[in-house]
Amino acid sequence: MNALYALFVVILLLLVAWIGIGTVNLHILFGIVLPYLAFAIFVLGFFYRIIKWAGSPVPFRIPATCGQQKSLPWIKNSKLDNPHNAFWTIIRMALEILTFRSLFRSTRAELRDDQRIAYGDTKWLWAGALAFHWTFLIIILRHYRFFAEPVPGFVLFLQNIDGLFQVGLPVVYITDAVIVLAATYLFIRRVFIPQVRYISLFADYFPLFLIGGIAVTGILMRYFTKVDVSAVKELTLGWINFNPVAPEGIGIMFYLHLFLVSVLFAYFPFSKLMHMGGIFLSPARNLANNNRARRHVNPWNYDVKTHTYEEYEDEFRDVMKEAGMPLEKE
Amino acid sequence: MSDEKLKSDQVADIDYNPPVKGWMDTKPAFRKGIFNYPAVVASEKYLDLPFSRKWDPREDDWKLPENWKEIVLETLKDLLKKYRSFKVFMDICVRCGACADKCHFYLGSGDPKNMPVLRAELLRSVYRNDFTTAGKLFGKLAGARELTEDVIKEWFLYFYQCTECRRCSVFCPYGIDTAEITMMGREILNRLGLGIDWIVTPAANCFRTGNHLGIQPHGFKDSVDFAVDDLVDAIGIRVEAPINKKGAEVLFVVPSADYFGDPHYFGFLGYLALFHEIGLDYTFSTFASEGGNFGLFHSAEMIKRLNAKIYAEARRLGVKWIIGGECGHMWRVLHQYMDTMNGPADFLEEPVSPITGTKFENARSTKMVHVAEFTADLIKHNKVKLDRSRNDHWIVTYHDSCNTARGMGILDEPRYILEKTCNYFYDMPENTIREQTFCCGSGSGIGTDENLEMRLRGGFPRGSAVKYVREKHGVNLLTCMCAIDKATLPAVMDFWVPGVEVAGVHEMVGNALVMKGEKRSGDLRGQPFKGEEVKEHV
Amino acid sequence: MYDAGKIIIGLVVFIALVSYPVWYDAARGDIPTSVDPKIVTTEKECVAPTEYMKANHMDLLNQWRDNVVRKNIRVYTAESGRKFEMSLSHTCMDCHSNKSEFCDECHNYSGVNPYCWDCHIEPEEEQP
Repeated sequence: MNALYALFVVILLLLVAWIGIGTVNLHILFGIVLPYLAFAIFVLGFFYRIIKWAGSPVPFRIPATCGQQKSLPWIKNSKLDNPHNAFWTIIRMALEILTFRSLFRSTRAELRDDQRIAYGDTKWLWAGALAFHWTFLIIILRHYRFFAEPVPGFVLFLQNIDGLFQVGLPVVYITDAVIVLAATYLFIRRVFIPQVRYISLFADYFPLFLIGGIAVTGILMRYFTKVDVSAVKELTLGWINFNPVAPEGIGIMFYLHLFLVSVLFAYFPFSKLMHMGGIFLSPARNLANNNRARRHVNPWNYDVKTHTYEEYEDEFRDVMKEAGMPLEKE
Repeated sequence: MSDEKLKSDQVADIDYNPPVKGWMDTKPAFRKGIFNYPAVVASEKYLDLPFSRKWDPREDDWKLPENWKEIVLETLKDLLKKYRSFKVFMDICVRCGACADKCHFYLGSGDPKNMPVLRAELLRSVYRNDFTTAGKLFGKLAGARELTEDVIKEWFLYFYQCTECRRCSVFCPYGIDTAEITMMGREILNRLGLGIDWIVTPAANCFRTGNHLGIQPHGFKDSVDFAVDDLVDAIGIRVEAPINKKGAEVLFVVPSADYFGDPHYFGFLGYLALFHEIGLDYTFSTFASEGGNFGLFHSAEMIKRLNAKIYAEARRLGVKWIIGGECGHMWRVLHQYMDTMNGPADFLEEPVSPITGTKFENARSTKMVHVAEFTADLIKHNKVKLDRSRNDHWIVTYHDSCNTARGMGILDEPRYILEKTCNYFYDMPENTIREQTFCCGSGSGIGTDENLEMRLRGGFPRGSAVKYVREKHGVNLLTCMCAIDKATLPAVMDFWVPGVEVAGVHEMVGNALVMKGEKRSGDLRGQPFKGEEVKEHV
Repeated sequence: MYDAGKIIIGLVVFIALVSYPVWYDAARGDIPTSVDPKIVTTEKECVAPTEYMKANHMDLLNQWRDNVVRKNIRVYTAESGRKFEMSLSHTCMDCHSNKSEFCDECHNYSGVNPYCWDCHIEPEEEQP
């Protein structure tokens, strides 16, 4: 049901853009105002969310340790999974963020007939998630060709690598295919794995459909309906130079694409997509496990009512005396 | 206990398919065997806890305070302000489901609300409803739901069906730690007077007498004296076990079950024998007679209240540093909370082993060393003589306690000790040990008799793994370094893998230890060593 | 512990990354915001309308190549009925002889690197 709602909303968004550009001719709105607005919401919203998180302290150092601690010199410390200093914590975080090590570790529990559980490796979610995120990143970086003039060398390099197979014209990018496949996989597992379907919210389907819609409109634009790329870059450079003009005749597909992107940007800070920023702030991962070597300070550490030894001895002095135990006060 | 005796095939009749009805529309059901009884009024009063009253989870009316809703929202607000972990974990879950089949309670019960992600959603849904714009605007569509009494009941059921073992956190791409969320959930429940007795009463005991069991100072002395007498029978040596001795070098703090529980006790004998043999200048404290800390299962404030005595006693007795015994959640507190809450321990010295001269640099701030670190160091430096064959009647495997595995990472020290003290040591499959270890199913204060069904369900994955090594290697002993494990795993073993006993790592040390002037024919349990029983009849 | 310093660094990196094009372009000062491909010819009519050619010329060239190389079809009939030889070097380059001012103008601008010149010899241009 949530999936249907989400699909419905994305279709509605497409219709809005379709009508806005196709019949009402709101090029300024969809080509300039909304993209600016969306970007502003994205950046400010992102800042707002991070600062809101940062406003709460990390009172305790609570890394989840996933390997041998650093203790005695002859016991091999698992530096990556149980880092004892900032350097290895950064490496742990970097590998987590760049390679999704925790997902890679995943197992699939299976109940056997003889009343036991077996664990199989499952790399599908890891592979799907990694493919999805990396292709997304490469695609975003490739889009810098529209925003930077002259086109930076790394963008040309990425394009060359991405179009390595030189199939079709314009050259088919591997990432274009992969992101559609990966998003489809992520959607399918959400629908077909009963447990995952059970926990899935509207907010889980909507970004998938939105990103899927962005990918599909982008692909249609590049390979099928075509678009005057130079005109697009005139528009995008206009944004960057704060002197935008919305050239007409770029084609409706571009505006559908742009509108969905605008929605994604504006939606981003208010959604689970903020895991992009949040992962950096996860205390279970971003702290070194050196608790006993370096004291962690809790800014709100307040005094509590304790039971002192004096009170304890006062209560039990007689029995302690009888048992011949040393006392502070006879 | 449940009315009918549980059967393993009954419990294992588990269905992982979630119901058709959405989880928000499923009300919690309090069936005997899967929940814990509320705290008794006297214990709550002793700790000055709010809204203490008599109430029963099975009744409709939980007699919540009139302004309960306000309290919940205020507490949520307070916790969100205090804990970045909580705030971030409320916001960034993408519900990928990687954690779902990582929870022992889910694997053992099939109840979807035991999937870590859903356990957190129980709280997140309310957070969204009252603290986020999207939730306020779009309600259920944004995954929000209204805070009702049923929600509170659900929290009570499921936040006491989580052992805060952190296994899910290992697999979460963001490290979202359900233990942290459960702790917040319990903080809220406790501010409504919804504590459970197995947590609040030990906490009250601990506050008063220094230990969870409520053993008074003379009782503690009796226990230790009794252990010393028992050791005379077992090893033919009368060891010294100083109590409240000022000026000793080391304060030794153990979980109270060590000197009162079975099979903890045999490990306790192991400590005493070892410390005697190496001539360690140490002392027990009757007031710091508990390393464990049930405050961890209650609230941050309670952790601090119960933990304060350890440094206080170290200061009063004038020791140089502290050794801590075998215990799981105790070490979570000692390792991750104590120094922050009750430190700095600048009145103590950086721990140095008086026997080997090893500096325990990893404990230079907290000044507290795990006994397994201490013993492993002794063995490495050949300071003790060990005869592994004395443990030949045991075929041993090792259960990593969740807290020391994932809240500390003491994995190889106990294995090193076991390898040096036992000839037959076999690890369980890799997905069930070390950082992926499974909880015993009874941790975090829910190891009660009334909760037995849930405990056995939670113990299923561990039972299953032990069964594997039992069939493959004939394992008959499950060793561990956790007082709750030692207390509750015997029942789990009897149920899932009959014939496997439970022991502490230092029981193996005590058995293998060759002592000067010893007279031994059997192990610390009084069982003859392998081979000895034959000799006697020759 | 708030780690404010680290978080501020993180936010600076974030803003630097998302605003990368702004300062990249700014650093280069006066950059062309539009393109103006130059056509030096007396010819009044292309093989297809300008709007179509802007977006689709690569498809057309692709068809031409396939027709010539694989099917030996060499004549293209435009919508106007006029016939053209399907040839990049002859037909196209007759009018658009100035590769650097015509082809490269847009291709460089939008970071496109067509492989026409992998096979075809680049036309010689008079150095201005």
